[in-house]
Amino acid sequence: MITSISAVAGIELRIAIRNRWVLISVLLMTLFALALVFAGSAPTGVLGIDLLTVSVASLTTLTVYLAPLLALLLSFDGISGEAERGSLPLLLTYPTSRGAILAGKAIAHILILLLAICIGYGIAGLAATLAGGASAQGVEALLRLCWTAPLLGAAFLGIGYTLSGFSRQTSTAAALAIAAWLILVVLYDLGILGALVFDDGGVFTSHVFPVLLVANPADAFRIVNVSGSQAASLASGMTNEIGAASSWASLLSLILWPALSLYVAMIVFRRYET
Amino acid sequence: MNSGRLTVENACKKYGRQEVLQDVSLSVFAGERVALLGHNGAGKTTLIKLILGLTGLTGGTIDVFGHPTGSDGARRTAAYLPETVNFHGMLTGREQLRFFARLAGESGKQVDGVLEKVGLASAADKRIGTYSKGMRQRIGLAQVLMRRPQLALLDEPTSGLDPISRRTFYDLVDELAQAGTAVFVSSHALTELEARTDRIHIMASGKLVAAGSLDALRKEAGLPTRITVKAVHEKADAVAAKLGGERVNCSSVQLTFGADEKLDRISAIAGLEKGLVEDVDLAPPSLEDLYRHFTAKGDGSDHIN
Repeated sequence: MITSISAVAGIELRIAIRNRWVLISVLLMTLFALALVFAGSAPTGVLGIDLLTVSVASLTTLTVYLAPLLALLLSFDGISGEAERGSLPLLLTYPTSRGAILAGKAIAHILILLLAICIGYGIAGLAATLAGGASAQGVEALLRLCWTAPLLGAAFLGIGYTLSGFSRQTSTAAALAIAAWLILVVLYDLGILGALVFDDGGVFTSHVFPVLLVANPADAFRIVNVSGSQAASLASGMTNEIGAASSWASLLSLILWPALSLYVAMIVFRRYET
Repeated sequence: MNSGRLTVENACKKYGRQEVLQDVSLSVFAGERVALLGHNGAGKTTLIKLILGLTGLTGGTIDVFGHPTGSDGARRTAAYLPETVNFHGMLTGREQLRFFARLAGESGKQVDGVLEKVGLASAADKRIGTYSKGMRQRIGLAQVLMRRPQLALLDEPTSGLDPISRRTFYDLVDELAQAGTAVFVSSHALTELEARTDRIHIMASGKLVAAGSLDALRKEAGLPTRITVKAVHEKADAVAAKLGGERVNCSSVQLTFGADEKLDRISAIAGLEKGLVEDVDLAPPSLEDLYRHFTAKGDGSDHIN
């Protein structure tokens, strides 16, 4: 069991290094993060906050879009790609479980995300500190970003494998992955914000909206990183609506999402007929 | 349950309402080479997938050397070579085989030897993406050999191989069987199987229509044996008259008869006076003849493919 998981993880990492996925992920993260740090360096003088704290606020927003996207790109052909190549039936005749195969893939992909996020944000954080100084809260916020971002990524890895397990072709899986990203990361927020405006302070605003916000992994991630840091004051007045209770609920949501989505992916993969 | 063989009993498989496999029973013993023949869509691949536990039975049982199909024990017992096998192009042949060795719970020290055996030693560190179809097929065979399995299931293993590669391929399969592996191979390439298998199963439309050794199938089919007698110049008519055959051209006479008459016919030819016969060629019904005979009986069509 352990040997098969590490064998699959090892071969997936090797493939990701060979086809330059690791390099692309790290470069993408670093470039975007650096760009945001220096684009966001303007307001520091006015607000009197260190550049690192300001940067973490923009990096949080970047992560909400980029971590799910990277995760989906890594995972969308996890099952359908093997099926399309014809290597899946052979793989499944080996004395190992489907669970071990999926676990191995997930571990490799989480490691890649972790690497891309830590290197990218590490370099960006260092640059921000050198250019505009850092406070203890800023460092704490950056560290929080570095361990919560892979959780958000892992949630979307599970979603990617699940969609892959429903597709006979990688092209279908790719289309589904893009749709999932658009819906969960972009349209979901637009939808509930629209409803918020329409509701104008009614039952939806007080009871449904907080639940819907926490239930989405991308929003849960945003809440976890925005509340409890000085960056909160920079990122809209959202915290007024939320409070400490939902901050814990968001953290729980952020931990449950990867577990749940990977579990669902496992069930879908177990039922996959080659 | 018998731990020395693969046993398929009354296997049935339905996809929706379509019956892909109907009541198939067969067994393959250790060290035996058994061929599975049939048109595309006859159910060969389905049967192999059922044996491997890749898809579930609708009815019947399959026992893989004492393990129920799909169990961990069965997967440890059987190795598989799929019809079209494509590995990740970014990996080298050696890396791919090491990966399979680890999955099978082996150390991987046999990888080099196996690569040598299938003739990929020099290409072992090149990416599989640069391999030809034949080379990829040989990686597939290598992972079967590496596992030294009790049962090897080879699905159309020689499609895409050139004649020389096919021969080496069957040499390796023979070696595998000699080491005690039960080899179950499905194929279209009838002529190459003729000398290379101990028993033959023929499938048509999801049913097993014939099973047995080549000789047994010949007896069962009762197809005529053919002797072509090449007569000395201008003696063809005389030979035809004496042997009771049919003249096919100016110098050859063809005799067609049932398998039980063979010895009588040969002694008749041997008994002819000198200076009549130049050469004799005896052709028992080929596997292709048998295949056509049995599959035509099974589903009323006689085309191959």
